[in-house]
Amino acid sequence: MPSIDILLAGIVNGLAAGAVYVLVAVGLTLIYGVLHIVNFAHGSLLMLAMYATYFLFAKAGVDPYAALPIVAGGAFALGYALYRGVIGRFAHGKDENILLITLGLSIALDNLALFLFTGDTQTIDVAHAQRMVEFGPLFLPRAKVIAFAAALAICAALGLWMARSDTGKAIRAVAKERQGARLVGIDVDHVFAVSYGIGIACLGAAACLLMPSFYVSPSSGHAFVLIAFTTVVLGGMGSFPGALAGGFAIGVIESLGGLLLGEQLGQIGISLAFILVLLLRPTGLFGARR
Amino acid sequence: MLTTKGSIASRRRVLAGGAALAGALGAPALAGAQARPVRIGLLHPVTGFVAYSGAQGRLGGQMAIDEINAAGGIRSMGGARLEAVLGDTQAKVEVGVAEVEKMNEAGVAAIVGCFQSAVVLATTQAAAKYGIPYAVDVGASDLITTRGLKNVFRLKPGFGKCVDEAIKALDGINGGAGKVARSAVIVHESSEFGTGTAKLLADRLPGINIEVKEVIKHDNPTRNFDNVALRIRSLRPDVLMMSNYQNEYVLLARTLHQQRVDLAGMFSVLGGGFNYKFAKDLPDVAEHMMDYNHWFAPTNPKAQEMKRKVEATGTLFTFEVYLAYNAVRLVADALERAGSADKDRLTAALASSTWADHFMPYGPTRFVDGQNQGGEAAALQVLKGDIEVVYPAQFASAKAVFPKPKFG
Repeated sequence: MPSIDILLAGIVNGLAAGAVYVLVAVGLTLIYGVLHIVNFAHGSLLMLAMYATYFLFAKAGVDPYAALPIVAGGAFALGYALYRGVIGRFAHGKDENILLITLGLSIALDNLALFLFTGDTQTIDVAHAQRMVEFGPLFLPRAKVIAFAAALAICAALGLWMARSDTGKAIRAVAKERQGARLVGIDVDHVFAVSYGIGIACLGAAACLLMPSFYVSPSSGHAFVLIAFTTVVLGGMGSFPGALAGGFAIGVIESLGGLLLGEQLGQIGISLAFILVLLLRPTGLFGARR
Repeated sequence: MLTTKGSIASRRRVLAGGAALAGALGAPALAGAQARPVRIGLLHPVTGFVAYSGAQGRLGGQMAIDEINAAGGIRSMGGARLEAVLGDTQAKVEVGVAEVEKMNEAGVAAIVGCFQSAVVLATTQAAAKYGIPYAVDVGASDLITTRGLKNVFRLKPGFGKCVDEAIKALDGINGGAGKVARSAVIVHESSEFGTGTAKLLADRLPGINIEVKEVIKHDNPTRNFDNVALRIRSLRPDVLMMSNYQNEYVLLARTLHQQRVDLAGMFSVLGGGFNYKFAKDLPDVAEHMMDYNHWFAPTNPKAQEMKRKVEATGTLFTFEVYLAYNAVRLVADALERAGSADKDRLTAALASSTWADHFMPYGPTRFVDGQNQGGEAAALQVLKGDIEVVYPAQFASAKAVFPKPKFG
């Protein structure tokens, strides 16, 4: 049994890792909540955002944290354009078509990245992010602390914007009742595209927070997608607070599982938590009962 | 201009004249132009989580084929050109096996591949069904050449020999530093390559008086090594032994550096991420890391020429490139001696190979049960941003820095 210090460090590491899971999952749950589809292109779009962060640093010397507004903004524009130009246009109003389109997008983007960037692993060396921050007996790399704080701030800002802005209210209205929203004059297609764009912008932010301590290759986005799907189901499909709680919970469960059961067997903790939630509360921790 | 009517005599004259001219200019050239190309399967994981390594292997194999063709093809077969049949295992066993089936249908004379031990094990077995000779370029498991398959040939050493030699190198380096390393933790990836290597390491390290404190296994891909770093810090080993593919190798090394985990040394055996790019992209992380891996003979002019050629294209001269290159040339040498693409004759020619025209530090080839006996790797270390050979002494370009400096 590891010592208390190690367990404590494990929990803190889990929360730091969970922060990125939260951002990836918030994007996924927002898209699900509004469009009622699972975005299979989520991992591939995360990978693209990671490449954008990498190239901004490697070619233009832009610090990944300074690049966050640029990458998130670019990701929003890409998401909006993808919905308007591809997903919405070819879906013909059928959810199952959207599923297939996002799956197709994922395959196309992965292979395009392989063609353009090769399968090589790319990393960036951000010196200031490598420094350690001391929390009592704990040492944490600054990159993880920044990721944690930034993810919380982004989620809080997004939550406020959703609650108070007109667009946020329109998004919530469409999520609840799209026909009703259309009847009161909301441009539902625009709301769909904005929601998809915001979901992808969250990936842009996650990419900037990930790159100082992770790597990018054409398959690297997928490492986070399964965990994001699990987070979304655990927290409740379409639930914003659910993604927040689910992401942190998954991070801590994964971390403690790894410490107590070993890195490989430790992953079982996530599946166990997932099964338990489905058994005891099938709608997820914060999911609305139908 | 030849016409069809009343021109038989003149046509015969032209044909006879043409034949005489061909004879005068050298029949081999004409025959070479007509010789049937020999198809070689280049099987690598060019997509999936080890896509970079796969693409590097494909590059090396293709370069060898291009060079052989430019030099006149297989002379004993009338200058037959080599033709690559490309296959992608996607880093998956079942896809690799399906690719072998396709290559068989395409009529390949031999297959060169395919990087991951687990996929090599399955694809060599699939090739054995059709008697297709299979030259393993990268694939470390000892099982590859100990299952009695007559079609399998590996130029480089397997992980058994690599671990034995790595242990000798570590003992030599540690001895030179006054035996500062007395304990180790092993971190390895969970497939056949990492598991097999780790098992051998755990078995051999106590023999050089290094206690193994823990063996930590991880999946591919792994998102986060923070806990592994915590565990290593709490165990306080002197050295960390690693056996991982590229992405996890880099991530683990980087996490340990970020977490300021002090070790006398980090030593990998066939470390997937230990290359020039790692040393260049993350110089602080890579500095003083050691690896026991395949390496070209540094003084061989052919090696230096190829290194220049590869680097001129903006590509790194990694072990995947030159191992695949040499594996294709090994097959070409066997084709030359067999004088035929017949699978049995080619297999026999490979089995009796004494090929020495490579640039690995191996000497002439001698295969026993498909394993080349002269294969040897080298201990390497990143020093001042470059990769130096630090063991064995006859190839060493620098002295090992061990123990490495502590974090300030």
